[in-house]
Amino acid sequence: MSLRAAFAEGRFAVSSEVGPPTGTDVSEMLETADMLHGRVDALNVTDNQAAVMRLSTIAACIHLKQHGHDPVFQVTCRDRNRLGLQSDLLGAASFGITEVLALTGDHVVVGDHPEAAAVFDLESVQLLDTVATLADGSDLAGNELTGSPEFFVGAVVTPDANPIRPQLAKFEKKVRSGARFFQTQAVYDAESFLRFMEYARQFDVRVLAGLVVPRSARMARFMNKNIPGITVPNAIIEELDASEDPVQTGVDVTGRFIREVREHCDGVHIMAIGAEHLVPRVLDAAGL
Amino acid sequence: MIVVRQKPIDDILEMVARHKRVLILGCNTCSAVALAGGEKEVETLAELLRLATSRKGASIEFEGAVLQRQCEPEFIEELEEGGFDAFLSLGCGAGVALLSEKEDIPVYPGIDTLFIGASKGLANWQAECSACGECVLGETAGICPVTRCPKGIMNGPCGGVSDGQCELGDRDCAWVQIHERLEELGQDECITETHEPRDHSTKTLVREWDMSEPGERK
Ligand code: SF4
Ligand code: SF4
Repeated sequence: MSLRAAFAEGRFAVSSEVGPPTGTDVSEMLETADMLHGRVDALNVTDNQAAVMRLSTIAACIHLKQHGHDPVFQVTCRDRNRLGLQSDLLGAASFGITEVLALTGDHVVVGDHPEAAAVFDLESVQLLDTVATLADGSDLAGNELTGSPEFFVGAVVTPDANPIRPQLAKFEKKVRSGARFFQTQAVYDAESFLRFMEYARQFDVRVLAGLVVPRSARMARFMNKNIPGITVPNAIIEELDASEDPVQTGVDVTGRFIREVREHCDGVHIMAIGAEHLVPRVLDAAGL
Repeated sequence: MIVVRQKPIDDILEMVARHKRVLILGCNTCSAVALAGGEKEVETLAELLRLATSRKGASIEFEGAVLQRQCEPEFIEELEEGGFDAFLSLGCGAGVALLSEKEDIPVYPGIDTLFIGASKGLANWQAECSACGECVLGETAGICPVTRCPKGIMNGPCGGVSDGQCELGDRDCAWVQIHERLEELGQDECITETHEPRDHSTKTLVREWDMSEPGERK
């Protein structure tokens, strides 16, 4: 399985994500991947997520691939300049890791090494252009490649961004720069997501609705306050507040959302953030 | 102008600890306007340093003077011999550098050089330019993405923007402002066009600018 295959077969795609460890012991990451095996088409491997230092994303992708999983290689522009980014894209492709998610990345100041130099030689749009250039057989300096990779590349979009116009302008740049699929920031309001899908359907791209299971009313409020582009509607917060088993309610709410949007998008991307065990439960609740 | 900020007194004391007689040297151009290197600031700093040294039981003498511009040799030549064994410069990095080159005693920076900025009110400056060597303000409605976006990206905003605020939480998102201003100016093509990666070699390679020998610009 892979995202590419799921889309090619016209299946509703499911992806989730795993984070590499802070150290060399990859057993927990592999256990999580095994637990999700057969339920997801692909696993995003995060890249020093939230600017917190972790084992290399490429190494983690290779471990996963060797264990029969299908990684999506997340690439941010925070830690490498254009030479580093191209080297790593080629390196990953040489191991058959060709599903790539191009991101700008969080600033180092918000992470655990705030004194580090933030690179951002390129950002997500220019990274997509870079991927396209490599796939065309040369590097950014115009040198010909011996063996060029075939990437299937995606990007992210925030349907509930405020303001929305600059976000959509950037979405369109990403489409033009070759993004084939999009994962959205976590969405909760089906109506507003469907409005976004109506707009996104003008473009020849696949869209996976981004999901984060709200495990409590507190978590929902926290996300509303602190995570850019996430809006958990009050009705859901009230539902969680009133529930005796908020985790189950969060799973149900997420499952319900998937059923509501299923006919209108191409799949879902479930960001488990430490609660990967809930992913199968969400898929059960959604009837997937 | 160049915007500067005085270093903490303790940091300054640590730098000059091994000296006996230090001249605090103000700079009457940018630094003075930034309220960190004029006559008044030199006097106040001398007083503070005297107090702090005597409290520590040390014996360093501090005197003060102000040059019109520390980044020009002709003004540095006006300096008179005074038996000093170190300078504490309140000029920007260029001032410290030229003083070091021209004088034969150590020069220490008493301020940090922050940015090229514009006045936003009393004792308040906004970072507007980082001297990147290849100005893109023509494409960004006069708002510098290199300086005002902490990521310095050319195709923003990034996913960190929230209600028009930057993900760092301490400023407006430069790219939201750029888009708004471009719309106001009717320059919509600048919104939809993808900007190429910046050429960092300009900054690296332009190390001197001699107008009498302009040479070739890349
Ligand atoms: S683009 Fe470069 S030269 Fe122009 S204002 Fe920004 S930092 Fe200064
Ligand atoms: S939120 Fe805006 S200003 Fe802040 S890093 Fe992102 S694009 Fe730059």
